[in-house]
Amino acid sequence: MSASPNTVHSPEQVARRRALAPHTSMFLRMLIRAAVLRRGRAASALFAMVVAAAVATAMMNLYVDVQAKLRTEFRNYGANVVAVAKEGQSLPADALRKIDSTLDPKTLAVPFAYAVARTQDGQSVVVVGTDFTRARQLNRWWKVSHWPNDAPPRNPSAEVEPPAVTKPTAPKGRKNAAHGASRGLPAPTTPAPEGRQTEPVDALIGMRADSALNLDRKPFALTFQGRALNLNPVGLLQTGAGEDSRIYLDQSEFQSWTGIAPTTIEIAVNGSTQEIEHGIEQLAQILPAADVRPVRQIMEGEANVLNKTRATLYAAATLIVITAALCVLATLIGWVFDRRRDFAIMKALGASEGLVNGFFAAEAAALGVMGAVLGFGIGIGVAAWIGRVNFHAPVIPRFSVFPYVLAGSVLVALLSAVLPIGLLRRVQPAIILRGE
Amino acid sequence: MFPRLVYESFRRQTRRKLLAGVAITLGVAVATAMIAVATDIGDKISRELRSYGANLLVTPQEDTLDVEIGGVNLKPPSDGAFLNEADLPKIRGTFWHHNIVGFSPMLPVNVKLGPGPDAQDATLLGTYFNKALSFGKDDFTTGVRITHPWWKVEGAWPDDNSRNVLVGERLATKLGKKPGDPMEASGRRLAISGILSTGGPEDDQIVAPLALAQEILGKPGAVRRLYVSALTKPEDALAVRDPKTMTPEVYDRWYCSPYVQSIAYQLQEVIPHSHAEQIRQVAQNEGTVLSRIKGLMLLVTLAALFASALAVSAAMATAIFERRVDVGLMKALGAGNFAVAALFFAEALLLALIGGVAGFAGGSLLAHQIGRSIFNSQISIEPVLFPIILAIAVFVTFAGSAAAIRRAVKFDPVFALRGEA
Repeated sequence: MSASPNTVHSPEQVARRRALAPHTSMFLRMLIRAAVLRRGRAASALFAMVVAAAVATAMMNLYVDVQAKLRTEFRNYGANVVAVAKEGQSLPADALRKIDSTLDPKTLAVPFAYAVARTQDGQSVVVVGTDFTRARQLNRWWKVSHWPNDAPPRNPSAEVEPPAVTKPTAPKGRKNAAHGASRGLPAPTTPAPEGRQTEPVDALIGMRADSALNLDRKPFALTFQGRALNLNPVGLLQTGAGEDSRIYLDQSEFQSWTGIAPTTIEIAVNGSTQEIEHGIEQLAQILPAADVRPVRQIMEGEANVLNKTRATLYAAATLIVITAALCVLATLIGWVFDRRRDFAIMKALGASEGLVNGFFAAEAAALGVMGAVLGFGIGIGVAAWIGRVNFHAPVIPRFSVFPYVLAGSVLVALLSAVLPIGLLRRVQPAIILRGE
Repeated sequence: MFPRLVYESFRRQTRRKLLAGVAITLGVAVATAMIAVATDIGDKISRELRSYGANLLVTPQEDTLDVEIGGVNLKPPSDGAFLNEADLPKIRGTFWHHNIVGFSPMLPVNVKLGPGPDAQDATLLGTYFNKALSFGKDDFTTGVRITHPWWKVEGAWPDDNSRNVLVGERLATKLGKKPGDPMEASGRRLAISGILSTGGPEDDQIVAPLALAQEILGKPGAVRRLYVSALTKPEDALAVRDPKTMTPEVYDRWYCSPYVQSIAYQLQEVIPHSHAEQIRQVAQNEGTVLSRIKGLMLLVTLAALFASALAVSAAMATAIFERRVDVGLMKALGAGNFAVAALFFAEALLLALIGGVAGFAGGSLLAHQIGRSIFNSQISIEPVLFPIILAIAVFVTFAGSAAAIRRAVKFDPVFALRGEA
């Protein structure tokens, strides 16, 4: 019997009327019954959809978030911007406070002031005033045996000091140093009080300075423009670079000794190249007396490694998403093929081409939406887990990814429904129903 | 009979077999590419991390203290000890010379710019730009262009045997010089071949060929310090141990691992009277960044393997599910469950092998493309990967088919033949 489905149909108006009356409820019922009756197949199709959506979500989330995560890692390389006072000018006393209040709170700024002092046997050595709390956060690669601002100095000579005398030097920290810097500038040369010369100031000694000056961890004296200062070496500093030849003091101590305010501020600005450039512009505005420059070594190294990693991750994410889509396609095509009998019966009962297509499309779309929603939830979890395992910080869920996952899922589901239907349409329902 | 069944199944159902085969091929290709990239990523990123510059600094052992603020040297330049330039090529003779990407000697000297009493003081830094050296039969080039990749020159890089120099960008602005201008430093006529921008203290200096700096200082062969850029292995417990306290076996293992510490040790061995130290800012952070990126790629590779395994099993399940009628027929003709399962597994094996070989080839190509387009270098694919990939392909195909085969075998032949399954 080769009667075309069109001749079996009643005239068009009849068909339309018949389709319209119970249409909505029947359509829904067919959708639901189809899923319930063939639970196994529907579940496996949904499973494939969910997994694909989850993998896609995880990859996209990771791709967006990993750059921020890696940037944080790269900040361990230290400052990427440096502000140096222009020749003949000095940085304003409140420079540090301005930076802290203007830039992103994650920004880390560390002041440095330099002077050349002489030891008792006439050797020159560079002495640096800084804020130890900040320097410690910024320069994590500094290998320090004991930080001067850590509460109990292990050096026995420091403990010998009478507590009354050590008291003024003891509370050192971030605020103290910043205030010291701001207080010191208006009256730059406040000579050290007489009593101070006998009271050793805690200092961090560079490795090479330590061996060249034969310090042997005993208190020693330095002179700067005739003013002497007793230092107590509490810790050794090792960096493998210029810092090894210097002696580090707390900024407030340094300033009351030498009268020199910070001339250099090293700043670690977080973010992308554009954000850093914006940060540099901001810094140049608030510090007109300074020359603000990016540290090219750090910026370019970071950009280079980050770009390569991002490109690799992008390639991997693309491959994975394609594979996942393929998995869905294979499963759904099988599912729709499997239901060619439903297709034939619907047609034999007089369903129009549009209705049948609509039915399968709606089914696919429903599957796509469900898969996307479930998969998105799981994918966020997977991304968070990867973040925790690898970066020790969870990946923040990006809900902006959801529309893409949803659209992609529905698209793939529709595609895999349309392909087999296109093939089935050419086959007579009778042939399918006869089981051939 | 059995081979014929398999053969006929492939011959008659070319389209379906092709679908499953394509799925396996793609899955295997993605898995191969990802495994190849993940195993090589450490090497690639560690090479990219060299763009942070040198991670080792070699200085004379008996050196006096550096007195330097903001790149301006306040120590008398002839003071202290020097390394001997003639010793530098020996670096190529160390155990880990393949890991040494490059090295640059530095010799800062103080010069007076221009004639007359109002001459300005400046630092002239002698170094190698891209110097051709040889050690034994080994010819190589090295210099700041390799170890300091962030140095940018407007104009041309000078030749190492010329009297051309680079002028730091801020010094050039101050002096009003541009590329091609002549200049005078400590009574010597020099030509400016380019303006150098580094974002560091070199912006206020003159950078010249090493021989020129040695001539100004009057110490031929003198080198103040040496920057070495080496590919290293992230630090672990063994790396930080003191070689003097090690047993011979541990010492050998330490010596033959490319730790920054052991490379420093070997540099001290070949360069007499030297002290080699890791530049902690570069060397220490390298390890963390590297392990983060490696960890990330490992997890992503797992995700890729998972996705491709799923794609393969989905394709196999679909392919087998469509053959219920065949199963019914075979069973009606008296085939046991074992025979039916064996047939499907044989087919799956064949598909896995064909797809595995094709996928491995495709994946290698993909990895090659990724390596070329992202890292500008080859991603090497270990031959040992081939049997592993093939085994994974077979395993995943079997695992993916197993559930479907079990269901197919359990069909009641009557329902299958009536077309009611």
